[in-house]
Amino acid sequence: MAEPTSDFAIDAQGVARRFGTRWVLRGVTLRVSPGETVGLLGANGSGKSTLLRICGTLLRPSAGAVNVFGHDVVREADAVRARIGFLTHSPGLYDDLTARENLEFAASMLGIASADVDRALERVELTYAANERVRGFSAGMERRLSVARLLLSKPQVLLLDEPYSNLDAAGIAMMSGIIAELVRGGGAALVVLHELAPAAGILTRTVTIQNGRESTAAGVA
Amino acid sequence: MTWNNDWRRVRAIAWKDLTTERRSKAGFNGVVALGVTILVLFGFALGPDAQAMRDASAGVLWLAALFAAVLAFNRSYQVELESGALEQLLLYPGSRWTIYTGKLLANLAFVGLMLVIVVPVGIVLYQVSVPATWPALLGVLALGATGICTLGTFYASMSSRSRAREVLLPLLLFPMLVPALLAAMQASKALLNGDMMHEAGAWTKLLVAYDVIFLIATHLAFEHVIEA
Amino acid sequence: MTSLPTQWIPPKPGRWPLFGASALGLLIAGQALGVLASPPDRDMGDLEKIIYVHVPAAWVMSVTFAIVMYYSLRYLWKRDERDDLAAASAAEVGTVLNALTLTLGMIFAKPTWGVWWTWDARLTSTLVLFLIFVGYLSLRGFVDDPERRAQWSAAVGILGAINVGIVYMSVRWWRTLHQVQSSPDTVDSIYVLALRVNAFAFLFLMIYFVRRRYESMCLERAADHAAEAAALRT
Repeated sequence: MAEPTSDFAIDAQGVARRFGTRWVLRGVTLRVSPGETVGLLGANGSGKSTLLRICGTLLRPSAGAVNVFGHDVVREADAVRARIGFLTHSPGLYDDLTARENLEFAASMLGIASADVDRALERVELTYAANERVRGFSAGMERRLSVARLLLSKPQVLLLDEPYSNLDAAGIAMMSGIIAELVRGGGAALVVLHELAPAAGILTRTVTIQNGRESTAAGVA
Repeated sequence: MTWNNDWRRVRAIAWKDLTTERRSKAGFNGVVALGVTILVLFGFALGPDAQAMRDASAGVLWLAALFAAVLAFNRSYQVELESGALEQLLLYPGSRWTIYTGKLLANLAFVGLMLVIVVPVGIVLYQVSVPATWPALLGVLALGATGICTLGTFYASMSSRSRAREVLLPLLLFPMLVPALLAAMQASKALLNGDMMHEAGAWTKLLVAYDVIFLIATHLAFEHVIEA
Repeated sequence: MTSLPTQWIPPKPGRWPLFGASALGLLIAGQALGVLASPPDRDMGDLEKIIYVHVPAAWVMSVTFAIVMYYSLRYLWKRDERDDLAAASAAEVGTVLNALTLTLGMIFAKPTWGVWWTWDARLTSTLVLFLIFVGYLSLRGFVDDPERRAQWSAAVGILGAINVGIVYMSVRWWRTLHQVQSSPDTVDSIYVLALRVNAFAFLFLMIYFVRRRYESMCLERAADHAAEAAALRT
């Protein structure tokens, strides 16, 4: 098994993860190069989200290693976090804060100027709801706000967990546009997908997780 | 440079905690109500002899503060867990202790504000006369609240994410707080009786030492308990 | 690169049983020395002999706290789960010693003062420390994931151990700043040699029990690891 190198945006070697005695991932090897948008497919519970979370420093692997642009996700977690944009399945927003306040909080945590907040709100077309509390948001609006938060950190690597859920046609187009934009600038994206259709236009290739291991398709039909 | 970053993060988290708490008003009112209820219940337990109540007032006040504060500590993490916001916090690059400090400051403000209401109510209910040494008493209140909030915020970060969270927090926290509670209660009692300033001083020193030791220890330990 | 602990060999008993037998022998000798060789206390009569178990137990209990702290720190530093198991073993043995100290203290109190409990400084401190131990063990019981359990236990164990001295000090001040009740351990007629022998005997026995408990915990974890490795191959 080769030691991970820094040529790849994401370099996962032999990643295994267990919960108790149940092995969810049994040695996944996956490489994502800059400029690629890779779709992760698989049945429910197949471990796609688990793999994504390991790449995103939210979980430690039970075995194996993952490098993001040369930084190990366990030993150099902060360096990895500075480069990734992780879209979690649940929005992780504060219901009692407004959209703008949620983003301003994120900006403070990231050390980013608050001017970027307005720009991010514009990009996801949520400026009209900027001063409304998230409690009243629809699921689609929450999703957009999460994406706005993602944009704030100007990530190089996108790790997205089912980004198209809860989005309408316009939202799907917006999401694909944002992903394509970020990847074009030398980044990469790893996208967990429930179904192929919404992302078909932007995927370079797909990888299916089955029985805890990967099986690849060369391209997307 | 990272020091500035860290303090900005601390302020952001403290502001966020206090704002979300302020906007969901139910929390603070409930905690204050609980504090007052406990004072009343202890009144039934000790009374109706006014002298007995007066003698026990310092101790009862601290117990009421403690039980009410425990609710605040759990709520502090509940908001993160409900919406999956804790993960987001962990995704921001930067020192973990800033999360702890931010929450600690928010809890301190919360508990402090609660005491501002509950202590005067206690003074009235227990027929305590405000002594000349009341500034020192304020100091003891601040130090005691700091001790309670330090370990409370720390243990709540674990208990809120485990099974039997309602049991685990008091079980872990209360025995650990014995020195702080003893010191706070004894110092308060001495000050309320006006005399024996020397005694209060010794207890206050213990309280300061306790606070410093555990502030440092919890900050160092936090990064090990906050990860998923 | 993290690798699977496929070679998780649990520690062997080795010469430890011999150590345990020697410790037991020393204890018997110490008790004989205390019970037979020292004269009865003029105030408390033969009841005072309980000192030769009560005091050593209390002292050794504090040593177990130190052991918990050491292995907890080591775990946070090296992340070797055997350190976590060592800390947990020490905590369990410490809890038993603690309960023993408390029980003996109460057995002493009843005939001496007519009550089962006195808020005496040492007894009260021991009770508080007992509750801290119980909190530690409860936490372990409530957390299923081994890594999280180890990390959380380490933090809680370290904080608890730091608090030991502070608890003793604060409770003693509480008792002595006001009028004082005579402590049950008035040193008048204690036969110091017997006390020392028993203290060492208890220390060695504690180390022995901690070691045996550690071995059994390691066996359990080894079985878990074997099950995990087997599940991976299927």
